[in-house]
Amino acid sequence: MNITVRVWRQQNPAVTGRMVAYRIDDVSPDMSFLEMLDVLNETLTMSGEDDPIAFDSDCREGICGSCGVVIDGIAHGPEALVATCQLQMRSFADGDVIDVEPWRAAAFPIIRDLIVDRSSFDRIIQAGGYISAPTGSAPDAQTMLIAKDDADLAFDAATCIGCGACVAACPNGSAMLFAGAKASHLGLLPQGQPERDSRALGIINQHDAEGFGACTQIGECTAVCPKGIPLDMISRLNSDVLSALRHHKA
Amino acid sequence: MTALFTEGERIHDAKVPAGPIVGQWDARRFEAKLISPANRRKLSVIVIGTGLAGASAAATLGEAGYRVTSFCYQDSPRRAHSIAAQGGINAAKDYRNDGDSVRRLFYDTIKGGDFRSREANTYRLAQVSAAIIDQAVAQGVPFAREYGGLLDNRSFGGVQVSRTFYARGQTGQQLLLGAYQALERQVADGTVTTHTRHEMLELIVIDGRSRGVIVRDMVTGEIETHFADAVVLASGGYGNVYYLSTNAMGCNVTATWRAHRNGALFANPCFTQIHPTCIPVSGDYQSKLTLMSESLRNDGRIWVPQRSDENRAPGDIPESERDYYLEVNYPAFGNLVPRDVASRAAKNVCDQGRGVGPGGRGVYLDFADAIARLGRHTIVERYGNLFDMYQQITGEDPYEVPMRIYPAVHYVMGGLWVDYDLQSSIPGLFVIGEANFSDHGANRLGASALMQGLADGYFILPNTINDYLAAGPFEEVDHTHPVARSRKAAVLQRIEVLLSGNGARTVDSFHRELGHIMWENCGMERNETGLTDAIHRIRTLKKEFWSDVRVTGVNEELNQALERAGRVADFFELAELMCIDALHRTESCGSHFRTESQTPDGEALRHDDEFSYVAAWGFAGDDLPPVLHREELHFTDVQMKQRSYK
Repeated sequence: MNITVRVWRQQNPAVTGRMVAYRIDDVSPDMSFLEMLDVLNETLTMSGEDDPIAFDSDCREGICGSCGVVIDGIAHGPEALVATCQLQMRSFADGDVIDVEPWRAAAFPIIRDLIVDRSSFDRIIQAGGYISAPTGSAPDAQTMLIAKDDADLAFDAATCIGCGACVAACPNGSAMLFAGAKASHLGLLPQGQPERDSRALGIINQHDAEGFGACTQIGECTAVCPKGIPLDMISRLNSDVLSALRHHKA
Repeated sequence: MTALFTEGERIHDAKVPAGPIVGQWDARRFEAKLISPANRRKLSVIVIGTGLAGASAAATLGEAGYRVTSFCYQDSPRRAHSIAAQGGINAAKDYRNDGDSVRRLFYDTIKGGDFRSREANTYRLAQVSAAIIDQAVAQGVPFAREYGGLLDNRSFGGVQVSRTFYARGQTGQQLLLGAYQALERQVADGTVTTHTRHEMLELIVIDGRSRGVIVRDMVTGEIETHFADAVVLASGGYGNVYYLSTNAMGCNVTATWRAHRNGALFANPCFTQIHPTCIPVSGDYQSKLTLMSESLRNDGRIWVPQRSDENRAPGDIPESERDYYLEVNYPAFGNLVPRDVASRAAKNVCDQGRGVGPGGRGVYLDFADAIARLGRHTIVERYGNLFDMYQQITGEDPYEVPMRIYPAVHYVMGGLWVDYDLQSSIPGLFVIGEANFSDHGANRLGASALMQGLADGYFILPNTINDYLAAGPFEEVDHTHPVARSRKAAVLQRIEVLLSGNGARTVDSFHRELGHIMWENCGMERNETGLTDAIHRIRTLKKEFWSDVRVTGVNEELNQALERAGRVADFFELAELMCIDALHRTESCGSHFRTESQTPDGEALRHDDEFSYVAAWGFAGDDLPPVLHREELHFTDVQMKQRSYK
């Protein structure tokens, strides 16, 4: 099939970006979306028409969280529960014109083209997204019983790949789904209890300090999340924050 | 052939402690010098890479009080490729009361490696395995549990005991997040500084000690020099030399190759593991291959049509015209034969023209019998996510049509040579995880890569590096040191050369061609003719690369073509060494199958009298043959046996 992509081009943060259209012929439906961009980049390199398009990707199997672009207005594109790298061209039709843009959020400044700076996510983890367990200090793994339901729910939260699609989709530019997933993963486990208050407060304060917006329960985040992290992870974080504040007062 | 390499001195001392194997690790820790907590903050360590080995090492060294600087090429430490490991992690916990023990895990690992690993290292790996599980659970890693709340285990990769801990099909992800969170905790504590989107391009060796690195800031292009009292490489494996592999796009050999060029020996580079259950290539544009857990072989039946001119859809081919070649040739193990046997058998039937799917490079993995026997519901429960992934990529429904699978490069057992302390042949340069050659010999058991990465990073390196650092802090050096200057100048000059040509081919086109040469000649099955030919073709292609590659843009910007060009340039040099290593080892062992060395019925034939050694290669200079240093392997605690799966 033959398609046209209109791609956000911006050489660096200092210049103004713009959408540029490129036509690509003979696209196979078995190509992945990113392989289609690879092919376009090969063509651009050899024709000298333009610099190749910069975009992040690494594992290309939907687990590392590196990739992610907004495709026709939807973070990670039209298919549910997949990251951009798992999207195949058979999801598109001959003659399609596809808009490709970076994550857009104040807390994710553009570095180049489709690449943004997501280091704010690392700083949220630094602010409390861990359990303090220095190497060597751990008791035997079986000394702690964890009900399967709790373990499974914690696991659901822990599947977050930190891609940032939730932020890109949120009209408020909020990262509460990311933050809520981490607070829930650790807060649902017995190991995570001692630091539950400080974790919730650390995460929420850093989230706000990074310039992410507040959550108003719109739900766009969970709709685009490639791992289907549910919205109630946000409620869990909010609940942890409230109880931490209460403990603080007392 | 003699012109391809020269013989160097044998390696006599790998610093394995004397005495019985069970007490060696205790002995080493007791003999190793300690450093008081107050003095540790005066000592600095650079860690390259943030996968399981790098993140766990950086976090643990930070906790100990060293000043740690960590680098990764990804935009966050959490994205290192350990994240993609699916299956699980082995540990000798014996929670199943099924006869497992440290000794059994040790034995299985040595045997799985076909008796080409160092006994003492492998034993220690088994010894520390249990503590890894404790550590991960304490960090909040959500391993699978049973209804009673205890940890679940499964048997993995044909092993007869259930010692594998797992977290759905995302064990690597969960273990890496545990290590990553521990690392970020140390960043918050101020003991670790992380530099993301930074790539190591050169090692700085001063007065015989590894003292620093040169890195490129991948956003600004700035070439930076960093110094420390020791350098740890945890930069992963080099499977991407084959272009197509299950590795992430960015995985590369540059950090370890640059260390090799500075004097670090490179051990067993040809030992490459090829995984039998990957989704086949669909076209020339293919950028990577996707692994599907080999647990699929527990219930799926592998077959190809008997006739090479078969055109019918799989469902229309009657049973009598199908060849279930693994079940026929290996009745005892059937579809569960080890990875190398399954991979080679698949290639052989495809070479006979009986492969299925585009280009005839695939075999069927059929679940029809399993669905009939167990019900669709059970298959959904066991493999639902894998079936979904397969359907997403191929557009075919594996509940209705048999899956197509083909082998792909998955892991490399080779890597920089290290002694018992995980120290390379350059003092002060330590190598951990997949980047070293250590514990897996000529083949790695399933669920052992995660175990080794974390064993090295959490427990082994932090105990052995003290012994080296106790002599520090070493003399202060900075970027004005002549060695640092000359290394930096060399890095800049190389970048300039890559950018200056306005050649006729892209980086990827060279990489693809190199990968094809390696896959065909240094893949599952190797022989003298193919390897000799490959060496010539690699040399020719390398020359063409340097004169005809086109890299657009400049250094002082985010330039992904330039990043790839530098990596591919190093892959060329590595590829040649891999072929020389494969050529000189005229035996079949582990993942390494030499056509010239097989039993009358076509199975691998090892030659222990000739090849029971680690081949550690020294760099002699550009266009000079590499130097072979042998480390003889002695087995005192296990008896060497030929593998048999008949």
